[in-house]
Amino acid sequence: MNTLNQFNQGLRDGVPVIFGYLPVGFAFGVTAAAGGIPPWLVVLISLTNFTSAGQLMGATLIIAGAPIFEIAVTTLIINIRYVIMSMSFSQRITPNMPILEKMVAAFAITDEIFTVASLKKGEVSFNYISGLVTGPYFGWSLGTLLGAYATKILPLAIQQSMGIALYAMFIALIIPAARESLAVMVVAGISVCASIIFKVTPLLDTLSSGYVIMICTILAAAFGAYFFPREEEDLT
Amino acid sequence: MSIQTTILAIFAMALVTFIPRFAPLAFFNKPIESKYIRSFLHYIPFAVLGAMAFPGILFSVQDIRAALAGTCAAIILAFFNKGIMTVSVCAVVIVYAFGVLVK
Repeated sequence: MNTLNQFNQGLRDGVPVIFGYLPVGFAFGVTAAAGGIPPWLVVLISLTNFTSAGQLMGATLIIAGAPIFEIAVTTLIINIRYVIMSMSFSQRITPNMPILEKMVAAFAITDEIFTVASLKKGEVSFNYISGLVTGPYFGWSLGTLLGAYATKILPLAIQQSMGIALYAMFIALIIPAARESLAVMVVAGISVCASIIFKVTPLLDTLSSGYVIMICTILAAAFGAYFFPREEEDLT
Repeated sequence: MSIQTTILAIFAMALVTFIPRFAPLAFFNKPIESKYIRSFLHYIPFAVLGAMAFPGILFSVQDIRAALAGTCAAIILAFFNKGIMTVSVCAVVIVYAFGVLVK
């Protein structure tokens, strides 16, 4: 009974996330399929990866025909942020959770689901996480499915306009955080400038986008850590 | 890229997405001590998002002027804390409208 209540509460808390994931998943589906990845493989990406920035980068590199090693390293760097969330999460979940349940909980960690789960009071149980992840996972995959197959029927002009959707989402994530924190603004600013420099400098512009993002990220985050080290507080 | 290579790439991506989510949950019971390493990890998402967003967004659609219009709309809406969905959908609409209006 209590188990079911926890699951239902998770399900309810996940509803707002679904509405964010459906359109963004759709845009991902359109963009990846329009780039030439077969629709069923585009859906497979969402089903197995369940992450936004990493997926877009990975799909972009697949479309560009990058070597698998580069795809893996770049995606790993983009996903390193999950380490900090997972660590924070480890303090919140039911103690001694079995390993299989931990695997499900780990798969559920996305920027948005992590935020919702962190805001919940008290212990985060396996049943709660399962409920919480169900809706968004379904929304993300369904959005991708619809987007990937919509490329066959959607007018080309609309498909092409959707290329901006995920980038706009990145802006929607950065700017509010940069407004709150000077350090975040500086870190994001350095990263943006570095990545523009790579794009416009002869020779440097021949470096593939995966490595450029990796270099800019490490440079900017290291600068932030050195000049704006965060004092002891919560891990989020 | 062949289907086989693509599938291999997708599973490689899935693996490197899962590991950072799972490893700390499975093996760490206490937080990292060094405040520099923790700060570095904390700043990574913003650095990633910044480098991915720019200048990529300007080349995300065919007409760079349309991309610029969409970017401005996204920045303004994001500045006023509109959610992910509003910002994304509005940017797409602006790009599309630009294409229709400016021929």
